[in-house]
Amino acid sequence: MASDVTESGAAAATVPEGFQGLTRDWSSDKQTFQVPWGKAMMWIFLLSDTFIFTCFLTSYMNVRMSTRVPWPNPSEVFALSFGGEPIPLILIAIMTFILITSSGTMALAVNYGYRRDRAKTAALMFITAGLGASFVGMQAFEWTKLIADEGVRPWSNPMGAPQFGSTFFMITGFHGAHVSAGVIYLAVVALKVLKGDYEASGNYQIVEITGLYWHFVDLVWVFIFAFFYLW
Amino acid sequence: MATEGHQEHPLSIYLWIWVLLFVLSTFSYMVDYIGFEGYLRWSLILIFMFAKAGFIIAIFMHMAWERIALIYAILGPPVLLLFLIGLMAVEGDYTLLTRLDFFGETDFVAAH
Repeated sequence: MASDVTESGAAAATVPEGFQGLTRDWSSDKQTFQVPWGKAMMWIFLLSDTFIFTCFLTSYMNVRMSTRVPWPNPSEVFALSFGGEPIPLILIAIMTFILITSSGTMALAVNYGYRRDRAKTAALMFITAGLGASFVGMQAFEWTKLIADEGVRPWSNPMGAPQFGSTFFMITGFHGAHVSAGVIYLAVVALKVLKGDYEASGNYQIVEITGLYWHFVDLVWVFIFAFFYLW
Repeated sequence: MATEGHQEHPLSIYLWIWVLLFVLSTFSYMVDYIGFEGYLRWSLILIFMFAKAGFIIAIFMHMAWERIALIYAILGPPVLLLFLIGLMAVEGDYTLLTRLDFFGETDFVAAH
């Protein structure tokens, strides 16, 4: 203990004070993560987003557990009929497959980015953005159907527990906002790839960072699909 | 193969994981389509969910090839969320019992 005190005392005498000291202490002239800073920051952002989505899903769990009123059966609520018998959850299943497909095209885009194949990278990113946009479109259709036809409101619905509406709109709305932001993000980076903005440096790391965000959006949907729609 | 921050892997691994995610999604949809109930349903949902999440994080997000400092920094903190989930489950249970105690069983009648 005594030696610790003297050591830190000796160290304090050699480092600068004030704001310079503050930055020096935090950076310590060391690098923790052996990845480009952009990638580390994206991961940390995604970590914070994980906490936000978990808060939403946990509050959903809490209200669903604590209500006396039966929870509306998602299998029936989200069923869709194409002329014949209603098929349970079919639209949600299609949306799930679309998002997985877009994750696959994104993974390929990252790969072609590192090969510096600009045309293929941009094309795959545009396909990814297009699939994301169609996902948001289907979500808009789903919301419209639920609000206009089924009478679901954030405070009530004819099928059961009133909390169904508020948690549904909050969780899928927040996820949909992430998908929409991702579509814009993808389109911007894809355009820059196409223009050859990264040719000078030959650094296509940005494609992987964009990919991290996009895969995260898919990842969150895996949890929403399991807990909200299937449970 | 994976040098500093450079994650380039053979295309085949992505295609395989892609196929796998499709299969797992089909399985999880089938859980609802077939109509499994109770603990069988919940455990199947969780198994398929964690398998999908694991493949996305490990392969698509390249976490399997990152250094352990980054892996622990990102995957460690969410473990704390288990405490939140546990506490809120206990709280939800208590709220339900209190409501049943004061208001009795539900008088809700579905509209259709």
